[in-house]
Amino acid sequence: MTESSILKNPSNLKRRKITNSVMIGLCALAGVLTILPLLYIFLYTTRSGISSLNLDFFTQLPKPVGEEGGGMANAIVGSLILIGIGALIGIPVGILSGIYISEYSKNFIATIVRFTTDILSGVPSIVIGIFAYGVVVIPMQRFSALAGGFALGILMIPTITKVTEEMLKLVPQSLREASLALGVSRWKTTLRIVLTTASSGIITGILLAIARAAGETAPLLFTAFGNSFWQTSIDEPMAALPLQIFAYAISPYEDWHRQAWAGAFVLIFLVFIVNLLVRYVTRNKLNS
Amino acid sequence: MTEEEVLPIETEDIDKDTEKGSKTAIQTIDLSVYFDERIAIDNINLKVKKNTITAIIGPSGCGKSTFIRSLNLMHEMTPKARVFGEILIQNENISNFNSVDIRKRVGMVFQKPNPFPTMSIYDNVISGLRLNGISKKSVLDEIVEKNLRYASLWEEVKDRLKLPALSLSGGQQQRLCIARTIAVNPEIILMDEPTSALDPISTAKIEELMYNFKNHYTIVVVTHNMQQAARVSDQTAFFYLGKLIEFSKTRRMFTNPKVKLTEEYVTGKFG
Repeated sequence: MTESSILKNPSNLKRRKITNSVMIGLCALAGVLTILPLLYIFLYTTRSGISSLNLDFFTQLPKPVGEEGGGMANAIVGSLILIGIGALIGIPVGILSGIYISEYSKNFIATIVRFTTDILSGVPSIVIGIFAYGVVVIPMQRFSALAGGFALGILMIPTITKVTEEMLKLVPQSLREASLALGVSRWKTTLRIVLTTASSGIITGILLAIARAAGETAPLLFTAFGNSFWQTSIDEPMAALPLQIFAYAISPYEDWHRQAWAGAFVLIFLVFIVNLLVRYVTRNKLNS
Repeated sequence: MTEEEVLPIETEDIDKDTEKGSKTAIQTIDLSVYFDERIAIDNINLKVKKNTITAIIGPSGCGKSTFIRSLNLMHEMTPKARVFGEILIQNENISNFNSVDIRKRVGMVFQKPNPFPTMSIYDNVISGLRLNGISKKSVLDEIVEKNLRYASLWEEVKDRLKLPALSLSGGQQQRLCIARTIAVNPEIILMDEPTSALDPISTAKIEELMYNFKNHYTIVVVTHNMQQAARVSDQTAFFYLGKLIEFSKTRRMFTNPKVKLTEEYVTGKFG
């Protein structure tokens, strides 16, 4: 449409204004729809969970069937250990491969890595659990926290790699050149300038990966396996919150259902705390 | 335009000067750069005297930037760039050194101010030193003040050294980038259109800096602005389609160029 047709035809202008408002309205609606489920989950879990929370929940072990009370102390600690092992595997591998495909991406291997990462992020988590079973559980001849952490680590890698790559690509080329022009070597430029500049985005990606891994049940079913006892050595089966929640939620006992809700609430809260903690520790002192 | 008109390369009066005993800071011998199969600069032979300012002018795409980026091996960042010929820095062939060492000696200021956004003003000045392992606080404080003074930025920022570099205005950021460049103590400073993103007042400040720097450094500046070339430089090189057309004393270049093409460019007939 030319300029003159707009001037000659005010109804056209009116129509476009209406279309504009309708579309903005639709966007706002979609925005609200995204928030609603999250809000609902959060409120519902809090309501059902908080009432079942007490000190016992954090300090006691699960009670045998038939006994009231007990807690999930072992599962809370177990989840933290499993996420820790997963992070130890997933974060370095993810960040380094992200650096590789972003900064040295002009070769064939990088293309393969990028493609593989995309595929890996689409692999169902239970399949990754089976993989961990095959490469860790079978050789070790037993279920272990190590196997569980390994599965969670594998699960984190594609997210972290992808986010690292995307964030590094956003760092302007001029900053790399500025650093190189000062006689700084390529790897120091990547590490101290490029990675630092992109750090807040990468940290967000890591937190997403951790949050996702923290809630995973499927890959732990036949790796960490679960445990009703206090257990912190990483070559033994270990309890984890999602496993415990799953076991309790499908049980026929009212008391266990309540504890499952409490577990769900603690899991969400745990992710939230880790989130805040990481952001606090890695905050940019300049902007605060 | 025919091949014959482009060919005469006028560098004689500069060469005469160089022979008289003033030292050569930069010399290129048959320097050519290709991107893939396309030739970007073609057989450039140029000598730059120590402690002078050399302006490089020419229309867009004539290879000015490519030329100075090859002087500190920045072309290595461009995939598929291939360089032929030789570059001598203080009579040493740079192919005998690695790029990191060359860039410590040949600093660069870019078109758009590019301070490190995650660093404070203070950290930006010493970034080159710190990334190369110098971290003694007392030394660094001194270096920061000295170089910010050289870049005539000290008075404006001395009370807010710990603020983010991006809190400065564009002109201040560019002077910060200059301070950062001279903090690593280079012999040569390359400037790739350092004022084209700045307002006239900031531009004047930077031109003044360049003039003052002459005693310490050799400066090569690419500029689109012919008045700027005329104001700050001692000699000017005119590039056209990847070739060096004329290289002579700036005054002569703008009053009485030897090559017709140069005259047409400096008088604004094209480009």
